[in-house]
Amino acid sequence: MSFLKFLGLSSHGKSARIARERLQIVLSHQRADGGDEDFLPKLRNELITVISKYVKIEAEQINVQLQRSGSYSVLELNIMLPTHAHDGEVIIAD
Amino acid sequence: MGKSESKIIVVTSGKGGVGKTTTSAAVGAELANRGYKTVVVDFDIGLRNLDLIMGCERRVIFDFVNVIQNDANLSQALIKDKRVENLYVLPASQTRDKDALTKEGVERVLADLQKEFDFIVCDSPAGIEKGALMALYFADEAIVVSNPEISSVRDSDRIIGVLNSRSRRSEQGKEIKKHLLITRYAQARVNRGEMLSVEDVQEILAIPLLGIIPESPNVLNASNRGIPVTLDTPSDAKRAYQQAVARLLGEASSDDKSWISKIFAGIQLFNRSPV
Repeated sequence: MSFLKFLGLSSHGKSARIARERLQIVLSHQRADGGDEDFLPKLRNELITVISKYVKIEAEQINVQLQRSGSYSVLELNIMLPTHAHDGEVIIAD
Repeated sequence: MGKSESKIIVVTSGKGGVGKTTTSAAVGAELANRGYKTVVVDFDIGLRNLDLIMGCERRVIFDFVNVIQNDANLSQALIKDKRVENLYVLPASQTRDKDALTKEGVERVLADLQKEFDFIVCDSPAGIEKGALMALYFADEAIVVSNPEISSVRDSDRIIGVLNSRSRRSEQGKEIKKHLLITRYAQARVNRGEMLSVEDVQEILAIPLLGIIPESPNVLNASNRGIPVTLDTPSDAKRAYQQAVARLLGEASSDDKSWISKIFAGIQLFNRSPV
């Protein structure tokens, strides 16, 4: 029994680790959903508006995520530009 | 002309029953003990309990909502503690609903309190609805109370998100200083792998640790008698709250490792008896 506990294999001994793992999963979803970082949808829309002034872009080409880790947060912006956009050309929609 | 260093501190958690009111009373009383003029404000409109924990329930005549609605002035509603100089309570209304708290009203009352007090401790209700949002909106700093238990930690994470996006400081683009206070901690159960450890909770929530309050029968004993833990007889919980307040005031040693290990050493001693 005590040997099992030492290995972390007894049912009691496992529960804190299970709690930690379940929390990490549920919080990654909670944070990805925006949680209460409720400026993210607005930020995304404004980014689309600004970028659309210069480059034709679809809403789904912008991905905005906020991830908290350690003592800082990372705002991750992923913007897929159409080809040639880096030349500063304005792409006209067909 | 306000007190230049007047600070508004919200005690919040998201989840109910984790020790917000116990913490508000203990922290408020300890600040007053140290000579800071302190008021503890109950934001739990309709379900007031701070008066009971502070032992002044029979002295409530006017309340926070009366002051907001100009039915009474602050000096009529504030209850002066009989044990400690400098300690006051502003009780919540028992009868009204949480919509009685308007942003303008709360702002005016807090501004008036800031003229008189060094510290305004706002005891938040549970949840993330109006009462809780009002309690945290004007805060300069937040004490996030969490039990080492999954639902409490999850709700604390939510409330940290709310502090970061829906407080006045966040709207002004400033940071709201957040402190993690872990309550009802049982080192023996952590050692057996049955309870999330301080490191687990801190790693997940990622805000600085203010203190660890051990699970202790003294806390219920104190609330039974209406005595804030920090005004009660010596106990491990009292000592832990005193250390947390020292840290809140920036008094504790800068070496985080040493104070954490000291607390752990204390908890270990108390947990030596078989559970």
